[in-house]
Amino acid sequence: MASTMLRLEGVRAGYGPVEALKGIDLEVREGELVTLIGANGAGKTSTLKAISGVLRASAGRITFDGADIHRLKPAQILKLGIAHCPEGRRVFPYMTVRENLEMGAFTRSDSTAVRADLDRVFGMFPILRERLAQVAGTLSGGEQQMLAIGRALMSRPRLVLFDEPSLGLAPTIVERVFRIVAEIRAQGTTVLMVEQNAHLALRIADRGYVLETGTIALDGAAGALARDEHVRRAYLGG
Amino acid sequence: MSSPALAVGLLAVLLLTLPFWLRNQYHLHIAIQVGIFAILAMSLNLLLGYTGQLSLGHAAFFGIGGYTSALLSKHLDVPVMLGFLAAVGLAALAGYLVGKISLRLRGAYFVLVSISFAGVIALVSVNWIELTNGPLGMPNVAAPGIVLPGVGEFVFRSKESYYYLVLGAAAVSYAVCHRLVHSRFGRACLALRENEVLAQAVGVNGTAYLVVAAVTSAAMAGAAGSLYVHYTRLVSPEVFLFSYTVSMVIMVVAGGKGTLLGPIVGAIIFTILPEVLRAVASYQWQMLAYGVLLILTIFFLPRGIVPAVTSWWGRRRRRAVTPGLVPVAESERTL
Repeated sequence: MASTMLRLEGVRAGYGPVEALKGIDLEVREGELVTLIGANGAGKTSTLKAISGVLRASAGRITFDGADIHRLKPAQILKLGIAHCPEGRRVFPYMTVRENLEMGAFTRSDSTAVRADLDRVFGMFPILRERLAQVAGTLSGGEQQMLAIGRALMSRPRLVLFDEPSLGLAPTIVERVFRIVAEIRAQGTTVLMVEQNAHLALRIADRGYVLETGTIALDGAAGALARDEHVRRAYLGG
Repeated sequence: MSSPALAVGLLAVLLLTLPFWLRNQYHLHIAIQVGIFAILAMSLNLLLGYTGQLSLGHAAFFGIGGYTSALLSKHLDVPVMLGFLAAVGLAALAGYLVGKISLRLRGAYFVLVSISFAGVIALVSVNWIELTNGPLGMPNVAAPGIVLPGVGEFVFRSKESYYYLVLGAAAVSYAVCHRLVHSRFGRACLALRENEVLAQAVGVNGTAYLVVAAVTSAAMAGAAGSLYVHYTRLVSPEVFLFSYTVSMVIMVVAGGKGTLLGPIVGAIIFTILPEVLRAVASYQWQMLAYGVLLILTIFFLPRGIVPAVTSWWGRRRRRAVTPGLVPVAESERTL
């Protein structure tokens, strides 16, 4: 079995007096594709934010490759190899496609390697090369998501955190996005993905965690979760 | 030669030869004031325009710069040029402290801390009489001079020479802003303004960039303050007046915040306008006309004069080439 890459132990975090995470324990092993599912407000997004350092954990430990990261700044965590692809407004709307991708490499200074990575992203998303000089806000929803994923890859991450990559996209694009996520993992990048579309998420993931009101209610192999009675009733609509 | 390069060349010739065709001393005086206010407006624009943080105590940095070099030259006989550097340094330090304290919270908190800071510094200048001579201020502030090898000392006493000094300082300020805006700093600020969560996610440390902006901005305001007191040859608590800050805000907002040229255009218009009005109307009418003009500008050109002209010009050119829609985003971009 591959070694543990990311581990959360009793992580608590919140917004002012509201506690969003009430002690989260989870782990992601090297090369895995793990999904976090759960209802709105269960703490999925907060979990990712705590890992990337955007939301500070008030208690507990987060380790990456065995070293504590919960006291580091977002830029430092990114440099260690964790990229965060936030939900909602995914791109910088008034920057061009190229500028958006370059922002993904903001913390890096090796410009030749950045150019090579730019080519790698274009190989994955040819549409972005065509739209290079276009302002990101004028791209379609699907294209914006491709751009967001491409930007996350520009930091050369070893672990990518995807937050609701399928949110608000047309069904055909959703399938496409999931295929891309699976492909990223196939190329050797570890993935932790938050998804409301539990059905599709469990189909491509190795393992899953079910979040309910700030705690982990259930975890296990993706196939087993997809067959679990409680999960089926609550998240798979059947 | 392309038309922008031609325009820049013409402008440079115009500015460099100004004292030769603008012989009237009063007009030269206004030109010097425009230069000083242009530096101030560019300084405020770094914060207000590029980071969105409003400093309502900007006169404090102006005043600190003025008092620092005036006091150094008066009490310690420090050459004005060295005093100028000290003024820039001390103002930058003040900017660092204010920024470090308040930019973590930003927004309204930064506004409040900057106002309070200016208030406290102004009180010190009025009440520390042994040092500053209190509300009376200090006359006979030295004029700056430079020692030219083989020639002796040259003192910037005439309006013509001072004009060139201010022009040089304004050019350096512009270059600093230009450099900063087209660097990682500019990118980071744009990212923070467009989508702060995402900016953090790609590793932009928001607070650090805001502090850089505050330090640079305060240093430039300090330079303007030093140039101002050595020009008027008088330093008094008047340099801390809130009206200076208000003028700066007006120049930046009306000229076009978040653009490199906006604050300069604003400084030109809103320094010359009160002088013109003074010649044709009594004080009350002046203020009334000034206010009405300002409201009209904000009402019809909410993004400021420079962005409005740029997008109008862009539309005209595009219509000449291909009829079609103008992407909103392009005219919206200011970096």
